[in-house]
Amino acid sequence: MATWHEYIQKEGTLPEWPYPIGYGKVNEVTADVLIIGGGVAGCHVAISAANNGAKTVVAERGMAKRSGAGGAGVDHWHGACTNPCSKVTPEMYTRAVFDSAHGYTSIPVRYISTREGWDTLLDCEKMGVRIRDVEDEFKGADFRDEETKLMFAYDYKNRHVIRVWGYNIKTCLYNQMKRLGVAVYNRIVITSLLTEGGRQGTKVVGATGVNTRSGEFYVFRSKATIIATGGVGRLWSFAPELTASGTMGDLNSAGVGQAVGWKAGAEFVLMEQTGPGWMYGFGYAPYSMANASNTYHGTPIVDAEGKEVPWVDFKGRQLETVEERFLPSAGQKFQLGIGIGLYYYLKEYVLNELTPDLPKRILEGEFKLPLYADLTRLPEPERRAIFGMMVGNEGKTRIPIYDTFTKAGFDPDKDMLQAPVMLPEAYRVSNFWSGMSPPYLRGLAGGGLLVDWDLKTSLEGLYAAGGSSLFGGGCHGESHTTGRYAGRKAAAYARMAPEPVVDRQQIEAEKAIAYEPLKQSKDGIGWKELNYAIARVMQDYCGQYKNELTLNLGLRLLKELRETEGAKAFASNPHELGRLLECFSLITVGEMTMNASLVRKASSLYLDFYRLDYPELDPPQWQKLLPIKLEDDRVKVGELPFDHHLKPPYAPTYEENYQLHCGL
Amino acid sequence: MNDKVYMVSNPPTPNKVVEFNPDICNGCNLCVEVCPTDVMMPNPEKKKPPIVLYAEECWYCGGCVEECPRPGAITMLHPTSQRISVNWKRKDTGEYFRLGMKDPPPSNTRPPSG
Repeated sequence: MATWHEYIQKEGTLPEWPYPIGYGKVNEVTADVLIIGGGVAGCHVAISAANNGAKTVVAERGMAKRSGAGGAGVDHWHGACTNPCSKVTPEMYTRAVFDSAHGYTSIPVRYISTREGWDTLLDCEKMGVRIRDVEDEFKGADFRDEETKLMFAYDYKNRHVIRVWGYNIKTCLYNQMKRLGVAVYNRIVITSLLTEGGRQGTKVVGATGVNTRSGEFYVFRSKATIIATGGVGRLWSFAPELTASGTMGDLNSAGVGQAVGWKAGAEFVLMEQTGPGWMYGFGYAPYSMANASNTYHGTPIVDAEGKEVPWVDFKGRQLETVEERFLPSAGQKFQLGIGIGLYYYLKEYVLNELTPDLPKRILEGEFKLPLYADLTRLPEPERRAIFGMMVGNEGKTRIPIYDTFTKAGFDPDKDMLQAPVMLPEAYRVSNFWSGMSPPYLRGLAGGGLLVDWDLKTSLEGLYAAGGSSLFGGGCHGESHTTGRYAGRKAAAYARMAPEPVVDRQQIEAEKAIAYEPLKQSKDGIGWKELNYAIARVMQDYCGQYKNELTLNLGLRLLKELRETEGAKAFASNPHELGRLLECFSLITVGEMTMNASLVRKASSLYLDFYRLDYPELDPPQWQKLLPIKLEDDRVKVGELPFDHHLKPPYAPTYEENYQLHCGL
Repeated sequence: MNDKVYMVSNPPTPNKVVEFNPDICNGCNLCVEVCPTDVMMPNPEKKKPPIVLYAEECWYCGGCVEECPRPGAITMLHPTSQRISVNWKRKDTGEYFRLGMKDPPPSNTRPPSG
């Protein structure tokens, strides 16, 4: 017995819902610090807040032991600039990211992440994550420091990215959180933030949510609240079946944190930035195909006849040796890794890569498809580090790739893994397993809650941490590090804050909204059909190219969906209810994105943002941030210079601000 | 072929995502507990393997397999479209292999690093 189809055809009866149903039952929970989202960021917030004496509660959509985009593991940790071997300082790294993003990133988030990233990794080591080659398996390798036994990725000279054995990182965080007495409420879909007097723009005093197994209602009251939720993967890229198999984010990535923050009146920035989206189920399993990027950086790629595809440096010069692939060239300060929330890189920080004219050379017949990853061409330690250490510890690789492949007989010492067979132009980007996304599939790319040097949002009592809901957030390590910092700050705030007073009217209104889908006729549409329609509106009206009219029409259609099909969509059980409530968050985030796109009346190469009605690229007067928020349910637009975090009331340097705010 | 025939919807894509070995699985439901998207539900019959209800919500993290205290009780299966994509070629013999093939080569028993 394995599938539902098998069960009902064997038993001849429908199985009843396995969990007790409690629709309408209200559970009240109080906390000093409430964390929305128990992924790696949220768990690290919880550990930090509990260590600072706060009564801490986590509300998690899945199950905090393994859930979240980072919950399936990690193989390298970016921005560990204060590790004893790093030749890159937090100042240098933050400057490189800021310059690469042409100002479109958050200085506090980037600086805090690099200033405390190594300390955060050391905390993870204490919790049981292996970060050193203690067994001397890689003794003498180019990427290893013999004294500390640390191993590095990408740029072996500058040593600011550390290879880690992080397949168990989430369970380590979870166990630590439990040891510290943090109360974890799993299977909760958050439906609103509670605010003082129930009004938009006032102090945040808690949240409401629904349990997706029991259907029970939850009211959280908190002195400080932290949004640590993930991305919004389902917004553009959704197909009713084969949904999340090709992605690095699960279906819980529904923008709930962004949506509730927006409705409470918090300020967001750069929600207009989108990038190429994932292929979802139409793609390949992550890391399952030959490629030469990220975890597989440096992997030799050969054609069907064994001819090797050359590697080139930032100036397009061919690299002759394997060693050179992992070193910066003359003229480069150091190399930044990929997967750090950057869409655009300055050449002086870019990684070496497969020759970018590969598509042309395939078309001309120089390289014959299919291509293969020939790991046997690497020295043994490098081969083992890629397939065995990194593949084996990165998210979704221990069981899905390493165990599955080796059980099926794959041996990196003897075998060449095939790349997907694609259109020649798809080989321009060496991350072949991500395939070639249809251009209408987009994803949010860097925008989120605007925070200050305390990682506090524009609302009193509300903080943010993580990689996706926070403006300027990037990778796995940054999520931990901003979580650790925000937890400390929120606990300090909670110590001084009065008892939270919630508005009963607001709670009753939220409760009524949450249960609406249960009252609809069961012959209507379900959450998937609604989700797909939302995705269609986003694909068509908020793609790479847009204009004033298409954006306004898109907003109109999202409103239509919310009030017509959405209002009649039904849920048969608490699980479907959770997914449907998430769809309303998707609509809200879609609206935020379209509103943010409307206020940027210029195109931008650095944001991959094209207004057909304002085609001029990056005109100087539009090189600024345009924060948006709701005030009396109307969109209010602000304006900030890129370096606003270094201007009064803040101090003029990164480090001075850090020292003034870090709370250490 | 002589089973009673019911009106059921089409099997979803994918339909399986994990496979249980009923001789090893004792229905402890630890996999059900840790799944981030509630792909599986406890079997109405105690001590029996869970039922895969929301297969299409699986994101293939493998957490259920890692959590399982009884090796071999649960195996993760990528969608067929993704398994058929995973091909490799043995360098010295030129043989072709693929994930899920009929007569697979012997397993590579080397464990991951660490």
